[in-house]
Amino acid sequence: MALLRVENLQVYYGVIQAVKGISFEVNQGEIVALIGANGAGKTTVLHTVTGLVPAKAGSITFNGVDLMKTPAHKIVSMGMAHVPEGRRIFQELTVYENLQMGAFTRRDKAEIAESLEMVYAHFPRLEERKKQIAGTLSGGEQQMLAIGRALMSKPSIILMDEPSMGLSPLFVSEIFAIIQEINKAGTTVLIVEQNAKKVLSIADRAYVLETGNISMSGNAQDLMNDDAVKKAYLGE
Amino acid sequence: MKINEVVSLEFLAQMINGLSLGSIYALIALGYTMVYGICKMLNFAHGDVIMVGAYMLSVAMGMLGLPPVLAILLSMVVCACLGVTIERIAYKPLRNASPLAVLITAIGVSYFLQSSALLIFGSTQRKVESAINVSSVQLGELTIGGNALVTLLLTIVLMTGLTWFINHTMTGKAMLAVSEDKGAAQLMGVNVNRTIATTFLIGSALAAVAGVLFISSYGFVGPYTGAMPGIKAFVAAVLGGIGSVPGAMLGGILLGLIESLSKAYISTQLADAIVFGVLIVVLLVKPTGLLGKKRTEKV
Ligand SMILES: Nc1ncnc2c1ncn2[C@@H]1O[C@H](COP(=O)(O)OP(=O)(O)OP(=O)(O)O)[C@@H](O)[C@H]1O
Ligand SMILES: [Mg+2]
Repeated sequence: MALLRVENLQVYYGVIQAVKGISFEVNQGEIVALIGANGAGKTTVLHTVTGLVPAKAGSITFNGVDLMKTPAHKIVSMGMAHVPEGRRIFQELTVYENLQMGAFTRRDKAEIAESLEMVYAHFPRLEERKKQIAGTLSGGEQQMLAIGRALMSKPSIILMDEPSMGLSPLFVSEIFAIIQEINKAGTTVLIVEQNAKKVLSIADRAYVLETGNISMSGNAQDLMNDDAVKKAYLGE
Repeated sequence: MKINEVVSLEFLAQMINGLSLGSIYALIALGYTMVYGICKMLNFAHGDVIMVGAYMLSVAMGMLGLPPVLAILLSMVVCACLGVTIERIAYKPLRNASPLAVLITAIGVSYFLQSSALLIFGSTQRKVESAINVSSVQLGELTIGGNALVTLLLTIVLMTGLTWFINHTMTGKAMLAVSEDKGAAQLMGVNVNRTIATTFLIGSALAAVAGVLFISSYGFVGPYTGAMPGIKAFVAAVLGGIGSVPGAMLGGILLGLIESLSKAYISTQLADAIVFGVLIVVLLVKPTGLLGKKRTEKV
């Protein structure tokens, strides 16, 4: 059974349909990529899954639970974390407080401390800067914080929306390496990326989203070798 | 006694007056600023919550014969419930409406509370016995009135408590998170509706305390009692930087000081004009208020 299954999802903003009936699934342990041009609807899909944007029709099932009937704030405690587009860290809180917010629904202090260790191990920079006001971090550090904050909920699946946006090439490689590490440690990953080449190189499977429809899907390796994908998304 | 000693004694007394008046403004301003921070709305009905708090005190002490401390607590509970109810019924359905619609609704709620008080208690002002039975304290030649003393101490305790609550509890941090980014806060598992309700609850309970303190000095309560302190506190919140909790505290205290010093040394009639003049000057120099931050626009 798929960990996350989205079926025939339709999303509207007013009268404009942004997602036109798409279906996809993410299995336990996978890295699944969602790629597509600007405005294709990738962010909308992720926002609908975590309840920030309401769906018009379709179904979203996570671990057998119907997410369409679950309020947004109840989703994280079910084991789903979301690193939103544009990071959206809490600018006025400190690095440490942001991480605390990531563990907002957890009660076990020892387990939270364990997660904090784990996040600091992935991102030593965050530990160095734990007292710093998050808004004053560099863009790359903010991205680390956004990922770290999501990990603080100890998710079984993590949704990432363009984690490489605005980062220098070296940093992009670092972030992608960390995503692979997180995945190896047992967290399922659903990732949206502009950087198709990079994301296809770490993903197991991928879906190509085109103006609200899924136009292609399959093994990441196969998609990377597909002529249409090469032309449209890999710039070859 | 030399002339300048008399002057400085008088000055100190006026400072204490100003501080205690300012404390009341600050307690009210906290409600404005917290609600603004989290909902980006001006709750113009907030001033009238003070009036309800004052009436509750008069009912609790005068009609129910409760001791002052219980009467104050009752007044806080009633105002807290009132604040939460107002948010739930009047503002929550407008969460995504235009700011103008929310503003007009808030003015409507304000009129509703005033008219309700008019219906229930009539238009004549009621005398309220002071809830504060503390005798004045003599510091050298300076006398500090019991009311001023209690007002100052209570305000210090409440402000310290509130600051601690916001910075050291997860609920407090959730309030900050919601005021910054509701969506991201939800992703963390924060129940936005409950957090907003908590904000109204705290703001209204503080307004009740302010109402009790205000009425204990003023002595009378009427349906429009909340209007003037409400507006002054709103000015204080803007002066300090609306949305900023320390700003509201600072703005309130400054406003109280300016008002009572102007009344004492410049002119009673001009005091309010001076208060508003200071506001205008501050906003010209620093449009976000004294401690207000320019919010990073989110797209
Ligand atoms: N809040 C909104 N109101 C109205 N339209 C919106 C809103 N958010 C997104 N849209 C529209 O929905 C479509 C899909 O947007 P979405 O943000 O999901 O695209 P995306 O694939 O994530 O693009 P990008 O790669 O640029 O981030 C776009 O046409 C966009 O203009
Ligand atoms: Mg996007």
